[in-house]
Amino acid sequence: MTQALFGEAINQATIEEMKRDERVFIMGEDIRRAVYGSTANLLAEFGEKRVLDTPLSENGFFGAAIGASLVGSRPIVETLTSFMWVAMDQLISQAAKMRYMFGGQATLPVVYRALMMYGGGAAAHHSDRSYPMFMNMPGIKIVVPSNPADMKGLLKTAVRDDDPVIVFEDGTLAGMRGEIPDGEHITPFGEANIIKEGTDCTIVAIAGSVNHSISAAENLHKEGISVEVIDPRTLVPLDKETILNSVEKTGRLVVVDPAHKVCSAASEIASIVAQEGFWSLQAPIQKVASEQVHIPFTPSLEKLVYPDVIKISNAVKNTLED
Amino acid sequence: MSIDKETLIMILTRMWIIRNFELKVMEVHSAGEFSGAAHPYIGEEAVAVGACAALRDTDYIAGNHRSHGHPLAKGGSVKKAMAELYGRVDGYCKGKGGSMHLADFSIGILGESGIVASSVPVATGAALSAKVQGKDFVSMVFFGDGASNQGACHESMNLASVWNLPVIFLCENNQFAVTTSYEETVAVDHISDRASAYNMPGVLVDGQDAIAMYEATVAAVERARSGQGPTLIEGLTYRYEEHSLGLGRVRRGEYRTTDQIDEWRKRDPINIHEEYLINNNIASREECDSIASDSEKLVDEAVDFARNSPFPEPEELFEDMWANPIPRP
Repeated sequence: MTQALFGEAINQATIEEMKRDERVFIMGEDIRRAVYGSTANLLAEFGEKRVLDTPLSENGFFGAAIGASLVGSRPIVETLTSFMWVAMDQLISQAAKMRYMFGGQATLPVVYRALMMYGGGAAAHHSDRSYPMFMNMPGIKIVVPSNPADMKGLLKTAVRDDDPVIVFEDGTLAGMRGEIPDGEHITPFGEANIIKEGTDCTIVAIAGSVNHSISAAENLHKEGISVEVIDPRTLVPLDKETILNSVEKTGRLVVVDPAHKVCSAASEIASIVAQEGFWSLQAPIQKVASEQVHIPFTPSLEKLVYPDVIKISNAVKNTLED
Repeated sequence: MSIDKETLIMILTRMWIIRNFELKVMEVHSAGEFSGAAHPYIGEEAVAVGACAALRDTDYIAGNHRSHGHPLAKGGSVKKAMAELYGRVDGYCKGKGGSMHLADFSIGILGESGIVASSVPVATGAALSAKVQGKDFVSMVFFGDGASNQGACHESMNLASVWNLPVIFLCENNQFAVTTSYEETVAVDHISDRASAYNMPGVLVDGQDAIAMYEATVAAVERARSGQGPTLIEGLTYRYEEHSLGLGRVRRGEYRTTDQIDEWRKRDPINIHEEYLINNNIASREECDSIASDSEKLVDEAVDFARNSPFPEPEELFEDMWANPIPRP
């Protein structure tokens, strides 16, 4: 085991996969100089041909990655969630739909790494947690790591997967250091992680909200409440069995999601449990997600928007009220 | 430039296949044999056929909503194309794509696109892969005058130029984006003039002349394959029919005159090519006529094939979503 920061985990996975497979190349804005850190040393290691700084033309180079993936390359694209809107035509009309509409002829091993820079005064244009919108569109696999080890293992799986994958990187985890297993570390898609076992209530938490949920669970433990914390790790595919089995045991569910609450990942998970796990439930499902407003710049307001330890703890207590 | 006889005959053959394919599509579509949009390529055949004649099978193309001409020009299967329009399992995409999404990855046809200019970045990316992998294939993308105003087009041309990619941007300027003239929407006289903004050659070609299209594309392909980068070719052409089948019934305002359509019909690409072949003793009138009637037969067989092919079974609904399948939600 070695310790690594979230960004170092991304860097390790990228270097390992680019060494393993010559078809992998990476492109994005300012990646040669590693403005966001996680592409450090790539240029020196792999050269200009496989480490491409792009013009500010997201629709153009997101689409170029698709075209390259169709004919034998395995591109990784680094971007921010904020810039995905500019490239939505390529992401939706092409990446998501191409394989199906061409009757299975197209194979698109392309990975988009999208940094979510919320929670730090980035304001409305730079704070998007947009994975629920992509869950609504069939055809893209969606990864939401919550710690450095999963970040590394899931990114390696993403690069090896033959379908389009978006890895949503939670910027609030930038300072998170964690253990990473030695040797080849691969985390499969569609396998939720039961981070903490418990018996009174299940929390399903996404990306950066996992750590808040663990803190809430630890606080509640002191009050005699036993909480199970589950991290789905990938939203497409979603490991609903692990969630349903947990709710069958605890009878209660809180879903925590940093995305806006309407039609969020939490909404989908809540609806699955309502439909398929209803008879296990002893209390209404609680959804703790971001308020349905844009992200204000000022810290005094921004902190009110997202799920936090207090909101999560209160939600768990709500499920336990008579 | 000398063109061998085989290529000249192939050009005529493929133009006739497209012409008769489209005439048949208009007939069976209006008879209600299948539904959905279909955008006839009639009048524009020389653009795709001349351009594709300059490519190898290992080169790639991507296209647009006026979608039947490109795959047929690159040697695609008439039967599979027709069956796809009929929504049948033996179609190119097993009936899942329809008219606007024909594709044949086995011969480098990376697919047509229903969203204007959407395949321009894709084709640019195929060329990027050629460069990154050190392979010698080129890619070509067909887009219209309307698409030339899309950001995707401009972003791609800039990308291709700064990265020196082996891609040919082939603008088929049929002069109208549905009903709006390019003269009202394009800020330069010719779309090919835009190439100068991206530091690449811009070539304006008579799009009714298949040989001119072929020659311009050969030069662009040589340039691309030898590492000199992209070219923008504008084939000035004209569509004889409405934007899409069925649109004539709903369209309210006139946007072009019958005189204009008649003038362009006088410069029919098939007539121009046949005259060239006959005047240069490459083919006789009879040979040209038999190419035409053979293509008609080919199209009739394709219609029979399509009509006899079954619709996909319900279990096909969830097939082809993923290369590495995942459980259904």
